[in-house]
Amino acid sequence: MADDLKTPLLDELEKGPWPSFVTDIKTCVDKSDMCKDLLGQLEKSYEDRRGYWKHGGLVGVMGYGGGVIGRYSALPEEYPGVSHFHTVRVNQPSGWFYTTDALREIMQIWDEHGSGLTNMHGSTGDMVLLGTRTEELEPIFRALTEKGWDLGGSGSDLRTPSCCNGPARCEMACYDTMDMTYNLTKSYQDELHRPMFNYKYKIKMSGCPNDCTAAIARSDMGIIGIWRDAIKVDQAAFAEYVDSGMDIQGAVVDLCPTSCITVEGKEINIDDSDCVKCMHCLNRLPKALSPGDDRGFAICLGAKAPIVEGALFGSVIIPFMKIEDGDYEPLHDLLERIWEFWDEHGTARERIGEFIERISLATFLEGIGEDPSPKMVKAPRDNPYIFYEEYYEEEGEGASEE
Amino acid sequence: MATEAKRVTDIGPPHYEQFLHPIIKENYGKWQYHDSIKPGVLSHTGPSGTIYTVRCASPRLVSTNFLNNIMDLADKYSDGYFRFTSRNNIEFLLAKEENIDPLIADLNAMGTLVGGTNNAISNPVHTQGWVHCHSAATDASGLVKAVMDELSEYFTSEKLPAKLRVAVACCLNMCGAVHASDIAILGLHRTPPRIDNEALPKQCEIPTTVASCPNNAIRPTSVDGKTTVKVDEDKCMYCGNCFTVCPAMPLADPINDGVSIWVGGKISNARSEPMFTKLAIPYLPNNPPRWPEVTDAVKSIVELYAANARPFERVGEWINRIGWEKFFDMSGIEFTKYHLDDFRHAGTTYRRSLHNRY
Ligand code: SF4
Ligand code: SF4
Repeated sequence: MADDLKTPLLDELEKGPWPSFVTDIKTCVDKSDMCKDLLGQLEKSYEDRRGYWKHGGLVGVMGYGGGVIGRYSALPEEYPGVSHFHTVRVNQPSGWFYTTDALREIMQIWDEHGSGLTNMHGSTGDMVLLGTRTEELEPIFRALTEKGWDLGGSGSDLRTPSCCNGPARCEMACYDTMDMTYNLTKSYQDELHRPMFNYKYKIKMSGCPNDCTAAIARSDMGIIGIWRDAIKVDQAAFAEYVDSGMDIQGAVVDLCPTSCITVEGKEINIDDSDCVKCMHCLNRLPKALSPGDDRGFAICLGAKAPIVEGALFGSVIIPFMKIEDGDYEPLHDLLERIWEFWDEHGTARERIGEFIERISLATFLEGIGEDPSPKMVKAPRDNPYIFYEEYYEEEGEGASEE
Repeated sequence: MATEAKRVTDIGPPHYEQFLHPIIKENYGKWQYHDSIKPGVLSHTGPSGTIYTVRCASPRLVSTNFLNNIMDLADKYSDGYFRFTSRNNIEFLLAKEENIDPLIADLNAMGTLVGGTNNAISNPVHTQGWVHCHSAATDASGLVKAVMDELSEYFTSEKLPAKLRVAVACCLNMCGAVHASDIAILGLHRTPPRIDNEALPKQCEIPTTVASCPNNAIRPTSVDGKTTVKVDEDKCMYCGNCFTVCPAMPLADPINDGVSIWVGGKISNARSEPMFTKLAIPYLPNNPPRWPEVTDAVKSIVELYAANARPFERVGEWINRIGWEKFFDMSGIEFTKYHLDDFRHAGTTYRRSLHNRY
């Protein structure tokens, strides 16, 4: 029973309009001592202004190197319920779509074997089952796989790929994010479950440059939808926006970053040769404008948070690519070239973005066999320290024989 | 009893198609347009009909009880189909327009809010904090709750100039990727690691530990005849990278750990390019359970932005237009030496023009 649980500080977080995680955890204290002791230990953290979890700990399920994060309380005598409090990462379905039937099965497993607490979802994308004991890991894994679910990644491996809802519920999607996520996840199970890289490798798929999965900031490899031809315009639908009294000039024309939109009467004209596919006009006028027909994606490498060398956004490595007839081979081929080169020349705990900065983009492109393009830079270099690799030799005496 | 099923591995996730509402399946890849019906409610239309989305807030850290309640509502109103967004909101996918209002009423009754669409603050992305993480300098779930209690009117309405994304990370590892949010709340340590010379030789490899420091602040040394490490305190920037590699170098310090506030990041390519978040307030104290200094600071930045930005201008776009000196003037936030970058490529942030406002 949880009668002895006193949490005056946490109780303050039950007030106010935003849904309260404290109120929610309290609904579980009679179900599980883990929840009771989690609240107890958290209350102590609030009193003492510091955390009470020990550093890491190697736990997992047989044959897997990733997917479970070991966690032990630093105060196991005081809070035995959370002496072990491991996290299980479950590979989420593409786009985080569920049916109640499927998710209920997982919740039953979790009530039986764990704390009953979850993160829906973790930062990388996985469903996170939060808090269980070492001896429960294998039974949880068995129960999950029996229902068709598998673990995600953790550690220095391919992290669980994730995507926006793409063609499932968005008219802007320029490629099938849902299918690509499924394909990559299924194709690289070994890389996902058995750490084999220098450091983590995150892949996120966004269907258009609005980038709802934050691929440009949060993935070593961001795959972001784009089109190459003209924006498709439905002039009749545009006329309806004009008739509705919308401030087209202020809300659309003036905000186009390359000033490539003009409006005459009830007609919109876009100079597509100057359009940078920023999405603003499409976002404002979804009924009138849509991405062109020549759709595909760009690939940006190297995004990461600050640790170790500072934060990076991804930068364009492949300006345009498309999957045709469901053939993912060209993408797999690129991915494998990137991994092979990074594996060979990267150092421990060096993310691919830091690796590219260290060896230079030119060397990296050469290493993976891609040609440079002005679409990969904001501007060409402004310093003259160029490492030339080709020299002319004087003919005859002294000329190189190589 | 049935015999135990054979152990299978590497099956990957279930195929997403079985989780898609029939209307979504029929319109897959064929959507024509979307509409915003009211805050938190969208409709998407394709040749095979319209699906209505109702979006509600979730604390992200949720129990099976909470999810079971959500699923009861999904069974009642959305044929058992629902999804989560990249910012951990929950979305119900409804075939019937007349189910929208009863669902909203039930959601409000169970203690959550409907909103988060368009020019609103969506669910804050956040990390684990004191609930589960060993390197946290602050809590994350509690900070989100305290801040969003103050800002919930901006979740349930669309009255901001543009969308505003709030994120919380409890240490510089930034599992919540606060480095590109409109307003970021970032926990930080402010003291060098305290070295456990007893445990260190047993738990850590010296060369790996030395190599882990981005600023070369760590050197091998020997204490009482045992090989361990020392930290050059002038060089240490409290990133905690060494602690990740070596547990015998903890940074947690209840007196000095605290919270910083960053502003003006964005991910989307709309109008301007993606931008990193930049430092607004270098330090605020950790004052659980409600972090009044942090909630006040965040609220006043949001209100300043709401009153001054032009339509569709994100926080970073607004500040770039008015200039950072004006941002500091208008917000009353003190500009200190800590605002001057001193890490790699710091010079790229120095003013190298006379484009100042007086
Ligand atoms: S997508 Fe952006 S750049 Fe292209 S026309 Fe629209 S507003 Fe202009
Ligand atoms: S906290 Fe960071 S800067 Fe300080 S010693 Fe450790 S690795 Fe180096």
